[in-house]
Amino acid sequence: MHIHRYEKVWLIIGSLILLIFLIILAIQTFFLEMGPPSHAETIDPQTVRDSEIFADAGLKEIGENEYEIAIISEMFAFQPGDLEIPAGATVHFTLASPDVTHGFKITDTNVNVMVVPGHISKVSHTFDEPGEYLILCNEYCGLGHEYMASTITVN
Amino acid sequence: MTHLTDASALHKGKAVDADLVAGIPRRDFRLSMANLFIAFAALLLGGIAGLLQGFVRSGFLELPSWISYYALLTAHGVLLVLVLSSFFSIGYLYAGTSRVLGGLAPKTIAFGWTGFGLMALGTAIAAFFILSGKANVLYTFYTPMQANPWFYVGLALLVVGILLNCVGMFITYQSWRKQNPGQLTPLFAFFANAVFVLWVLASLFIAVFVVGMVIPWAFGWVPTIDPMIGRTLFWAFGHTLVNIWMLTSISAWYVSMPKIIGGKIFSDSLARVAVVILVVANVPGGFHHQILDPGLSVELKFLHVIQTFMIIFPSLMTAFAMLATMERAGRSKGITSLLGWWKVLPWRDARFFALIVAMFAFIPAGLGGIINASNQVNQVVHNSIWVTGHLHLTVGTTVMLTFFGVSYWLIPFLTGRTMTKTLNKLAIAQTIIWASGMLLMSGAMHANGLLGSPRRTANTTYNNHSEASGWAIYETIMAMGGVILFIGILLLIYIWVQLAFFAPKGKTEFPIGEDYNEKDRSPLFMDRWSIWVTLAFLSIAIAYVIPLWNFSTGHNPGSPPFLMP
Repeated sequence: MHIHRYEKVWLIIGSLILLIFLIILAIQTFFLEMGPPSHAETIDPQTVRDSEIFADAGLKEIGENEYEIAIISEMFAFQPGDLEIPAGATVHFTLASPDVTHGFKITDTNVNVMVVPGHISKVSHTFDEPGEYLILCNEYCGLGHEYMASTITVN
Repeated sequence: MTHLTDASALHKGKAVDADLVAGIPRRDFRLSMANLFIAFAALLLGGIAGLLQGFVRSGFLELPSWISYYALLTAHGVLLVLVLSSFFSIGYLYAGTSRVLGGLAPKTIAFGWTGFGLMALGTAIAAFFILSGKANVLYTFYTPMQANPWFYVGLALLVVGILLNCVGMFITYQSWRKQNPGQLTPLFAFFANAVFVLWVLASLFIAVFVVGMVIPWAFGWVPTIDPMIGRTLFWAFGHTLVNIWMLTSISAWYVSMPKIIGGKIFSDSLARVAVVILVVANVPGGFHHQILDPGLSVELKFLHVIQTFMIIFPSLMTAFAMLATMERAGRSKGITSLLGWWKVLPWRDARFFALIVAMFAFIPAGLGGIINASNQVNQVVHNSIWVTGHLHLTVGTTVMLTFFGVSYWLIPFLTGRTMTKTLNKLAIAQTIIWASGMLLMSGAMHANGLLGSPRRTANTTYNNHSEASGWAIYETIMAMGGVILFIGILLLIYIWVQLAFFAPKGKTEFPIGEDYNEKDRSPLFMDRWSIWVTLAFLSIAIAYVIPLWNFSTGHNPGSPPFLMP
């Protein structure tokens, strides 16, 4: 099999670029902890509403300007809905679905995670900039999908 | 034997001799045309759905109460992504294989027609339930959303039909090898065989999912289903489908394009290496659709990212081979200046023009794909309309324009007609219209997605949220692109109808390139598919054994169905 010299050069440069990409991704993922949300914990979708985690849902302060909240993603709303937090607050979201698959996306942030029935998803974010952020479901979940949204106001 | 010219007829001396066209049984042509006609119909119907979606999402149109935006979205996806692409690739690959191997085996024809019948029946059933509003589940039909159970039966029939076509292709491929011992299969047949091997790999996953899990659950025979297993099996199929289109498309780039531009195939062996890498490495790429899913560890996701990145390598090989083919064609015509060969390419030949615009579209399409697959970067774009924009660059532009370009020789080749100068001009106009429409629509989708606008969502202002109001302008541009694309579809259908029924009678060749250099022919073992299929299973095992094991032992009680609507 004959490979032209120019093709060798091209393929080596191309492969090196891909390798550099992978190294950067690996450093960010494993050393800077920027990996994608990957929580592994199951939950019976039919008991989500009664479960301890989601039963008394509300913003809980767990540290200095650090909050925790469990949100049920259901057709076609996030429960609890609109939230209010002070600027600079770090929020840890715990999410589950009692029905179909949903998405949890906060615009103007990198918060983006799937909420698949049977599993608990977790994602955290620090809200430095004040404003009214839009939370929306970005996975089709039925005929009312486009109404599934709420807000998070950062003061 | 000379490589890739009219091969010794596979079925010489058989009773069909009286019914030969250019040494090929006429029955092969009829089978291919039947597949192409369904592809035409799917393009028209799917295109109408797409046009209406653009109007609805941008707020220009409100649908009557009997049909929802999501029914249109389901129809658009199923008809274009599944139906059009599978029928077109079968029609094209069967015709080309018949051309290079000197006819299809009689058993292949039998499998081909049976498969065609099942695919057509399955499509009709699925389309009926989608359009009657009983299957608003989109083409990904993520469980535990549930459509009318017969919708899934339709999909299953479509897949079984495709599998029968796979068997048909393998029969002709293997019987040619038996009758031509010690000879390498023609490159086109190698491509065709690779596509059908990928179809089998993809079908295994979707068959287990649809027949083994969804149908028993949708009919109520089992109470619950595991949505994560479903997503995993679906994307093993879904991402393989992507490379089924790509392999089908690049078969025309590698084999036919050199002949059209008056050149030769750059390297037979490197083409086959690219094909084999795509087949071996492809399936685990499905996991980059699940980077934001729960239940998969960060380490496992990174392994999947590496496996997805392996699919980029053959694309780099293709990029080099295409430009090298074009340069050598120019040099063989006596061009000596650095870039002069670029000017002497047959820009006024619609067959070439459509193909090269398709190749250009693959540059941003491929770059977008690398972004999507880049683990944490995926969080920025996942499920935003950026992904829809990406899909319209890959399948919507690269693959579709290649299919259109192929049809300009494939249809007249099959119907014994010729492409007139007027039709050629219209086809060039069609290519420009299509590329401009996609540039507008896909460009607006990419930009809008970066701002956070979600994909697969009907018109909404999110209670007049200021964030969402900024998306409206892009949605208007998307609708404008959609109108231009629909004009492109109408023009294309006109060209196709002319080529199928009205263009002047005559002989049109199916362009098959010759080797540049005999030294670059592949060693014979490249034809031993048992090696490549074994390696493919190995790469599938590396990616899938751990997650599927974790899901099936993970104490997930499963989900009951939620009927849509």
